[in-house]
Amino acid sequence: MRYAMVIDTLKCVGCSDCVVACQTENNVPLGYCRDWITETVDGTYPNIVMELKSERCNHCDNAPCVRCCPTGASHIVDGGIVLVTADECIGCGACIESCPYDARYQHPDGYVDKCTFCHHRLEKGQLPACVSVCPTKCMYFGDLDNPNSEVSQLLKNRKYKTLAPEAGTNPHVFYLI
Amino acid sequence: MTFIIISQSLFKYFYHRQTIKLMTTSRRKFIKISALGLGGLATVSTAYKMFGGNSLIDSVIKENIANKFKRTATYCEVCFWKCAGWAYSDDKGNVQKIIGNDDDPHCNGRLCPRGTGGVGMYNDEDRLKTPLIRTTINGEQTFREASWDEALNLVASKFKGIKEKYGPEAFALLKHGCPGWHFEHLFRAYGSDTNAEPAFAQCRGPRETAFALTYGSWVGSPEPTDIRNTKCLVLIGSHIGENMHNSQVQEMSDAIDNGATIITVDPRFSTAASKSQHWLAIKPATDIALLLSWMHVLIEENLYDKEYVEKYALGFDELKAHVKQFTPEWAYGVTTIKPEEIRKTARAMAHAAPAVIVHPGRHVVWYGDDTQRERAIAILNGLLGSWGRRGGFYFKESISVPNFPHPEYPEPKWDWRDIGENFPLAQMGLTNELIRCSIPNKDNKYPIKAWMVAGTNLIKSIPDTKQLQEALEALEFLVVIDTMPMDITGYADVILPECTYLERTDIVRSATNREPSIAVRFAAVPPKYESKPGAWIAKEIGMRLGLEDYYNYNDFDEVVDWQLKEMGTSREEMEKIGVKKYPRTTGSMYLNEDETHVFHTPSGKIEFYSHELAEKGFDALPVYTPHPEPPQGFYRLNYGRSPMHTFSRTSNNPNLTELKKENDLWVNPKVARILGLKKGQYVWLKNQDDIISTFSIKVRVTERVRWDSVYMVHGFGNDNKKLTRSYGKGIDDTQMISRIFTDPIMGGTGMRGNYVTILTEDPHKNEVI
Repeated sequence: MRYAMVIDTLKCVGCSDCVVACQTENNVPLGYCRDWITETVDGTYPNIVMELKSERCNHCDNAPCVRCCPTGASHIVDGGIVLVTADECIGCGACIESCPYDARYQHPDGYVDKCTFCHHRLEKGQLPACVSVCPTKCMYFGDLDNPNSEVSQLLKNRKYKTLAPEAGTNPHVFYLI
Repeated sequence: MTFIIISQSLFKYFYHRQTIKLMTTSRRKFIKISALGLGGLATVSTAYKMFGGNSLIDSVIKENIANKFKRTATYCEVCFWKCAGWAYSDDKGNVQKIIGNDDDPHCNGRLCPRGTGGVGMYNDEDRLKTPLIRTTINGEQTFREASWDEALNLVASKFKGIKEKYGPEAFALLKHGCPGWHFEHLFRAYGSDTNAEPAFAQCRGPRETAFALTYGSWVGSPEPTDIRNTKCLVLIGSHIGENMHNSQVQEMSDAIDNGATIITVDPRFSTAASKSQHWLAIKPATDIALLLSWMHVLIEENLYDKEYVEKYALGFDELKAHVKQFTPEWAYGVTTIKPEEIRKTARAMAHAAPAVIVHPGRHVVWYGDDTQRERAIAILNGLLGSWGRRGGFYFKESISVPNFPHPEYPEPKWDWRDIGENFPLAQMGLTNELIRCSIPNKDNKYPIKAWMVAGTNLIKSIPDTKQLQEALEALEFLVVIDTMPMDITGYADVILPECTYLERTDIVRSATNREPSIAVRFAAVPPKYESKPGAWIAKEIGMRLGLEDYYNYNDFDEVVDWQLKEMGTSREEMEKIGVKKYPRTTGSMYLNEDETHVFHTPSGKIEFYSHELAEKGFDALPVYTPHPEPPQGFYRLNYGRSPMHTFSRTSNNPNLTELKKENDLWVNPKVARILGLKKGQYVWLKNQDDIISTFSIKVRVTERVRWDSVYMVHGFGNDNKKLTRSYGKGIDDTQMISRIFTDPIMGGTGMRGNYVTILTEDPHKNEVI
């Protein structure tokens, strides 16, 4: 089992529903977010391209945040999901600095927080909140170890990229382009 | 095409972490919501596993298990799309989250950010809390809190007074949405049919009139566009994706998946443009020229649907003769779109036909010849044979909700039709004419003396603020009903606080769609503060006016129960399913080619050439007329939507201001260089009539906008300090729209002909407040 998220940038309209859904599902305090939208524009009028996409923790195989965590609060669980045990976190912030995706933030209660792929929903057989609400259905979630899963098929048949590949983190959020 | 990956220019633009004052949220609450979707004993083990053993967490989990989460059927009121969903609330009366109803054709189980963020509408601590009455203390006008009884008695006495002095027609209703429905019933019972809503003359009026003229049918809402089955979608100034009309956005995404061709005509590089194979960066105000030229190509190259046109349409020969002159070479000079691009896109449409949609758009009041532009769109669809075809426009159907029995309404001496008599094809009340009739004038045949404004912030929706202010000054009485202290409440004599949609049982939503369906809205939680449902407010006023016969029930729940029973269902069933679908009764969604189809036009055919328009003295076929252009130093003010907001309605919503707390001014880099503007700099605007913006706006330098225009998202620049999150944030585009180009056919207020200069110095710095 290896969970992965695949996001189709050709369909994303950047509406931020994923952000609100995450906030209400996970009670992320106002002023913080576990996921966000980026817009990249290139070219000059009228020859322009734009890419919109939803970003979050990449749940890396080679996760710098886990490697640098002094207490073991940041850890990888079954399915390759990177989690933070709040009670073990001392809020030192080393992981925040080490993350090439800027995916972590310090919760006002002191611990470090980030996307969990909605681990609590997966255990119930539900999709992550962001994936479940996306009006454009541009987000896919599933098991990369299963060659027949939607995510495996998409990566087999479509052109894709990952973010900051030069960081060597082996991320598990993929972007169809 | 290669996509760029430029780490430097990449920015988190909707969301800035830690820039907003933090709300302290305890970890207890964090776990509470995590447990929401789980329930039962499973909650204990799951949450336990995630967070490890801890006595604090242990006690919280136990507390959560004691909490019972309730799921209530509702439909959204953050915008007019009215998506059906489920509100989850705990026994303490907190709404935890709202998710879409899988069976709802408006959302298919997926709400948009505003629907998901509807929780914020309920939680907003700036909400109107009690009835307020205008009073004067030491010569200063102010509002004082009042009891419902006092406020309602005052409103009822004004209703009686206006009726005695001027007749009930002099009391007008300006409305929107569900509250509008309840108050319209009150007004009709009282004897007034003097009403209007910005949804017509400030929004979609021209397209309804144009499609009624051509096909004998309004486009209506939601638009009956078969986007999910289309092979080619043409958007003209319609920015689906930025306007978050849920099922339309969803179907556009399906169309992308299916490999449909998308053609976007927009002077701005919209989100939709970025998804398009063809972006036609048209010069503003020249759309009719492009449409005529497309028709020219289809006819000259024999690409139109001959069989369809012959069978269903009238006036093809006149059309052919009319568009002969409008070659792509001619259109190039007008629109700046290359002839080859015009031909290529026309052929792409013809290739996809009849599975092609030239979308009618929604907010289409631009330059005053909007009905004619929409007629051109309607006729173009006719040439392509897309109306009544799979992948084009389907025949929509809805089921009517029976009216709770009441006596006939009295007949008013005059009504909205008379007020709009200068505009022969207005199909609904015209706000702008109603406002004009509220300004004292001896030639005014329909003097209006009092208003009720329900669920619409007129200050942000009606252009020409000066005329509106004049009317507001002249009114003898103004009562405003809203959930928030929107700008318009500042002008009221009495403000009545309505509760949000999550706190009330409301009218049954009948959806017009591929198949008929209904949705219910039951109260998920009791009303906060002293707020009350619109249905209750309307009835209380009605009872005070002696209109008991029109309110033959104790509360509105009784009405809904009766209606549901009449429609073969029940409250019990609807509480479980939220949305109920009914089979179609009017036949196929698409044209049955073996039968003759009678359109609801005078001729029974699709009318390319409109005798009705000709008889009324208008062009029977659409004509391109040049529009004025901005003088040097001025930029055309364009405005639009952001997917996270619904006009000014959501601008103070705590969840949605998180995503976008102010609008910004899009400026082309060339313009920024000339004026020395920097990204993030705050500027003020002055328009062609020397109107200066009250507030400032942040500059966004972007290639996505033309050098002759600037652009901003509509609905910001709130001027009421009681809106603590949104007061003074950004500029209100409506304030800058003082020049209106009125559509002579249906009275729409064209708003895209206003120009602004950019001021870098604060023009208000020497003003004495």
